[in-house]
Amino acid sequence: MTENKKTYWKGLEQLTNDPEFVKNAEKEFPEMPTILGNEEGASRRDFLKLMGFSLAAASLAACEAPVRKAIPYVNKPVDVNPSIPNYYASTFSSGGDYASIVVKTREGRPIKIDGNELSPINKGGISAIVEASVLSLYDKQRLAGPYINGTKSDWATIDSEVKAKLASAGTVKIVTNTVISPSTERVLQQFAEVFGSAEVITYDPISNYGITKAAETSYGTAMLPSYNFDKANVIVSFGADFLGTWISPIEFAKQYGQGRKISKEKPVMSRHFQFESNLSLTGANADYRTPIKPSQSGLAVLALYNAIAKQAGVATVSGAIEIAHLDKAAKELWANKGKSIVVSGSNDPNVQVVVNAINDLLENNGVTVDFSKPSYFRKGDDSKMNQFVADLKAGLIGGVIFYNCNPVYDFAKGAEVAEGIAKAKVSVATNSTMDETASMVQYIAPDHHYLESWNDFYPRKGEYSLSQPAISPLFDSRQAQDTFLVWAGAATNYYDFLQQNWNTTLFAAQTETANFQEFWDRSLFNGVYSIPSESTPVANVADLASAASYVAKAYKAESAGTELAIYTKVGIGNGTFANNPWLQEMSDPISKATWDNYLTVSQKWANENGLKMSEGETKKAKITVGGKSLIVPVLVQPGQADETVGLALGYGRTKAGRVADGVGVNAYELVDSSKGFTNFDVTEGISIELTSEVYKIAQTQTHQTYMGREFVIQEATLGEYKEDASAGRYQPKIYKEGEFVKPSKISLWKGHQYSQHHWGLAIDMNSCIGCGACTIACQVENNVSVVGKQEVLNRREMAWIRIDRYYSSPAEATSNKELEVAADNPEVTFQPMMCQHCNNAPCETVCPVAATTHSSEGLNQMTYNRCIGTRYCANNCPYKVRRFNWFKYHDNKDFAAVNVAQNDDMGKMVLNPDVTVRARGVIEKCSMCVQRIQAGKLTAKREGRKVKDGEINVACASACPTTAIVFGDMNDANSKITQMLKIQEDTTSAMKEVNEERAYHVLEEINVSPNVWYFTKIRNKDKSEA
Amino acid sequence: MHVTSSVRQPLITGGKTLKDVTHDISRQVEAKPSMGWLLAFLFSVGVLLLGSIALVATLWEGIGMWGLNKTVGWAWDITNFVWWVGIGHAGTLISAVLLLFRQKWRMAINRAAEAMTIFAVICAAMFPVIHMGRPWLGAYWALPLPNTFGSLWVNFNSPLLWDVFAISTYFSVSLVFWYIGLIPDFATIRDRASGIRKTIYGALSFGWDGAAKTWSRYESVALILAGLATPLVLSVHTIVSFDFATSVIPGWHTTIFPPYFVAGAIFSGFAMVLTLMIVTRKVFHLEDYITIGHIELMNIVIIITGSIVGIAYITEFFIAWYSGVAAEQYAFMNRMFGPYWWAYWSMMTCNVISPQLFWFKKIRTSIVATFLLSLVVNIGMWFERFVIIVTSLHRDYLPSSWAMFYPTISDVGVYLFTFGLFFTLFFLFAKFFPVINMAEIKSIVKSTSEKVTK
Repeated sequence: MTENKKTYWKGLEQLTNDPEFVKNAEKEFPEMPTILGNEEGASRRDFLKLMGFSLAAASLAACEAPVRKAIPYVNKPVDVNPSIPNYYASTFSSGGDYASIVVKTREGRPIKIDGNELSPINKGGISAIVEASVLSLYDKQRLAGPYINGTKSDWATIDSEVKAKLASAGTVKIVTNTVISPSTERVLQQFAEVFGSAEVITYDPISNYGITKAAETSYGTAMLPSYNFDKANVIVSFGADFLGTWISPIEFAKQYGQGRKISKEKPVMSRHFQFESNLSLTGANADYRTPIKPSQSGLAVLALYNAIAKQAGVATVSGAIEIAHLDKAAKELWANKGKSIVVSGSNDPNVQVVVNAINDLLENNGVTVDFSKPSYFRKGDDSKMNQFVADLKAGLIGGVIFYNCNPVYDFAKGAEVAEGIAKAKVSVATNSTMDETASMVQYIAPDHHYLESWNDFYPRKGEYSLSQPAISPLFDSRQAQDTFLVWAGAATNYYDFLQQNWNTTLFAAQTETANFQEFWDRSLFNGVYSIPSESTPVANVADLASAASYVAKAYKAESAGTELAIYTKVGIGNGTFANNPWLQEMSDPISKATWDNYLTVSQKWANENGLKMSEGETKKAKITVGGKSLIVPVLVQPGQADETVGLALGYGRTKAGRVADGVGVNAYELVDSSKGFTNFDVTEGISIELTSEVYKIAQTQTHQTYMGREFVIQEATLGEYKEDASAGRYQPKIYKEGEFVKPSKISLWKGHQYSQHHWGLAIDMNSCIGCGACTIACQVENNVSVVGKQEVLNRREMAWIRIDRYYSSPAEATSNKELEVAADNPEVTFQPMMCQHCNNAPCETVCPVAATTHSSEGLNQMTYNRCIGTRYCANNCPYKVRRFNWFKYHDNKDFAAVNVAQNDDMGKMVLNPDVTVRARGVIEKCSMCVQRIQAGKLTAKREGRKVKDGEINVACASACPTTAIVFGDMNDANSKITQMLKIQEDTTSAMKEVNEERAYHVLEEINVSPNVWYFTKIRNKDKSEA
Repeated sequence: MHVTSSVRQPLITGGKTLKDVTHDISRQVEAKPSMGWLLAFLFSVGVLLLGSIALVATLWEGIGMWGLNKTVGWAWDITNFVWWVGIGHAGTLISAVLLLFRQKWRMAINRAAEAMTIFAVICAAMFPVIHMGRPWLGAYWALPLPNTFGSLWVNFNSPLLWDVFAISTYFSVSLVFWYIGLIPDFATIRDRASGIRKTIYGALSFGWDGAAKTWSRYESVALILAGLATPLVLSVHTIVSFDFATSVIPGWHTTIFPPYFVAGAIFSGFAMVLTLMIVTRKVFHLEDYITIGHIELMNIVIIITGSIVGIAYITEFFIAWYSGVAAEQYAFMNRMFGPYWWAYWSMMTCNVISPQLFWFKKIRTSIVATFLLSLVVNIGMWFERFVIIVTSLHRDYLPSSWAMFYPTISDVGVYLFTFGLFFTLFFLFAKFFPVINMAEIKSIVKSTSEKVTK
């Protein structure tokens, strides 16, 4: 603009500046008629006009608009600008579950959590639980202050009473889940010293004690190794759900995703074998999946050891079993020595010792399984915890402090803990809600939410991270570390303590900067701090033979009777966050069920027992383990190993709060602790009896297969892909004037032109693992309503993005009826599905009021204000992504219990102010995060430049731990999406010529021309087995 | 060669005189309401009130009161809409098309058929409004009204908007046509009445004077309106069918829909006329005016249109197979053998198989059989729309979204409401308006030179 010096004249008169013109120009607008100014005074007519106007104006002014409270800042806080978000690096940690994050705050309220790309662990990835944790901050179930014996108290009272009582209590034990904060550990240490060397007992609800214990046997130290799935060409997992729930799933998904990216230039991918009982998220992604019984799992590991030992020329051990694909796995592992990985989800230390031996034989030690870089995600010691419970029950413990843990609920012997608490002289909890454990103790000193806290973390050798408060404490809670410091009589607060600790340890050990403040600020800004170290193999000192002989005895190749494999769901995890409605309504990646746990049974079992599930309607069964019985609904799960059943942890909460209480059953009660470790595989003494009680499980998807529809799912094997990059592609042709042409060549429409941007998504079905992090990210970003179980049963969930999960039909299926049934051990495909932003959008033409229209940048946009709710667009959407507001979901007492974020004054603080909360009766759908696009464009405009690729990202793509979703501008020749799709010609046309062979449109033949492209699923199977 | 045409059957039996005609038909209007009428009327009002509970609940709470879901966005609402519109086709066909074709037998039934049309269209028109998420806005936003909302205008690409025009045009033309036909009869009643009734019927008859010029104008207007209404008979359901035909959903995207829908509409319209006429002639003792001959003729229309509809069903299947489009083929297989097979086979039985019974003269001249079959046809036509709408939507392209539709009590309630409304209006009409066009029917009391007065 500045270069434009041209002046435009209104006419010749202006150019010549003649005086007549100048005079008139000043009076361009005729003067307002005066009332009193003219000589005759106001005319009657003027008077009436004026009076009429005043009357109308006065009466209009009397119509008072509703008063909405919007209180401006009297003193504006530094760095807080209305409508401008601030981002803070921080860390999510719950027990040992860990993610380095970036918190987005608006006007001082945290509203969204993204992964921290600087983190060497989760590398910007995030999971559903971490995404959703921001809502827990605003959970009204959190305690608003300290409690003594169930009544509210104040901090001074609780401090003096607890101090006095602990001093005279005798033995004091602190029970906690894994603590990965070095400063917290020091606080606890300091505290323990004051109270007669109080012992810290660590347990994990989802215990990985087997691995740490085995590491102690094999390598001398109890620890978890670092796993590097990205360095493995062959991955073998025995029941470890490393993509969904095992140890550090975000990190592993990130690594795994790298091995699943495939292109013509790099036509290689990892090969993944999975041997498991339940169909896990990881198993669903495996190339070869073999269902086995839990009682076989130990022998399967032994058999693999033997097969590899034979190749390596090492002595084999006794114990054998025939399992499909095991020999193949062994062969390939051996062929990829040093570039493979074997993991097991078993919590049996003996099995893990054998796993260690296998990885050692394969020379994976120090490469893919790195014991020289221990991880600290799990430090729980099952045997110590069992001892503690026994002591507590026996009344040997004087004082017990539960540091943010809930063993009454989530420990196998929860009932015994509950019984024992009363016997302790003093019992304290720092839990922030009145949960199952906290409600039984005398003193509750509620901790802050992690978004209100300072802390540091040491998740892995050489890796540190920090968390910082993103908001002032909402309630009268106090950070637990401060509580411990106060009780220990320390003069310092935890923030100073933390800084001091970093000053004396990390700062002292580095040489980069001499100024601590600079070091601290930089670490805090980045959120993470790393000290590089070399990886080396650690020598195995284990006596394999004794472990092997134990395994050979304890496991059986053939066993009669049903076995129970207790598992963890991706959304609910160990149940700590069960009171979060986003997680409760998150559709399980595999079963697509919400708001429940259930007994997963095989199709064979269902057939034998005459159970047919239809539209979520099923029956309840009574499962008896030892003496305990639970009545639980049954879900028919293709891929479930015969004679096994699965049941998820994390449900059956009784005191989690209004959302979670009474949802599902508590599977922790069935966990076996007879073997000295927390055993999630219950192999004996199980009986299952189908009752006649009918029950409905709320599933978001009730049809399991894709009916052989190639226009939906296109897939090939790696071998086929190598021969032909377009293998598996379905390329419909339509007859037109003597020849068959691509559907895109026939159109009623002239086609749009996008002169500026052309936004699009590229979705790689090969690296999508189906974890569902994107669905929660979308829910948070776009204020998507939670509707509750009944409405999900009515098939009315509001999700803007869903992950369609399809099972393969049996190979021999041909008829429609046969295709409807899933194979017993099906191949699984995940397809994220959101608004396809069609260039020839069927929804746009049918709206009678033009409430859904096309933008000049390729987006299909929805104008809520204009929508009258005919739902014609939703009917005419071939992808069924449009969602209707059947009821008023916000500010409605009928939905207050579930849709917390839109009903509760505290919950509403999580809403994204950039996105409208939709009214009853309007349609909504994916907007491709148009608010983010607008914000990005504005930033670029303000800075006088073009939008850079990667600067704008949509919520789903930024959450994806495997970067399976890529967002970008297809008009930008340098953008990642343009290069992925190989769009060569420089065109502003909506119809881009895409040259990537794997890229396809779902439903290409109807030529709605989506702006979302899918990449074929490639399975790393041998060609003949496809 | 000398040809003698066979003697035509008289259109009115019983040797009625012109006076008898006036008396027979005005009797209902002038007499006190009979017990039977009163009970039937109160029953209709009861149904209306009962249904209004569901209607109010829907308007108050939202469309969520119905059984719809993310996959099936229309079900009973649009099924009922199309069903009622279909029923509303017979009136205009009988009065306009048959008038142009000089089918004099229509004179006995056209008044009631037109009334039925108007009431059915009122019931139908309710659904596009109440099925909206925000009817309080949609009711006028869907009209191309100049406004100050900015450059907001309706979307002329949308078949729903075409519906707005089609239905409103049809309704207004039908109403005018019907009312103009009523004027001479109102005048007759006015002339026989006294007191307040005289004033009311006087006002309704618009000062009809019975002059030759007035009659001449009356005849011209009737002919012009018949000419205008005739294309509407074809256009309304054609446009309604566009709601489906222009979409991309397998089972909806079908070019055969316009003629198939029109035939179906006439089919259901005649069935409804029969249902109502058979009751009316009995209750009001009009057997001499609405004769077995009428019933037989209407039954013949039903055979023809029913057969057209049957052919259309078969053609759809053929095209689905012939197209080679997998989703389309599945949609049709799913109709027959999917979870809603019972709806499909109800439709087939009611619409295609049962009307074929009318090939037997005994059946098509039997009052009882005709009455039962007319009900069956209407049930079948309701299922036809249900099959088209719900079974196509519930399993379309992506199997992940396949779902079932189960109606709720509110779905049923709103449908009941329209029944209540329809019959309340019809009973009011039957009591207070002359159910047969006296003026016209007098012209066919005798077709020979027999004396018409005694």
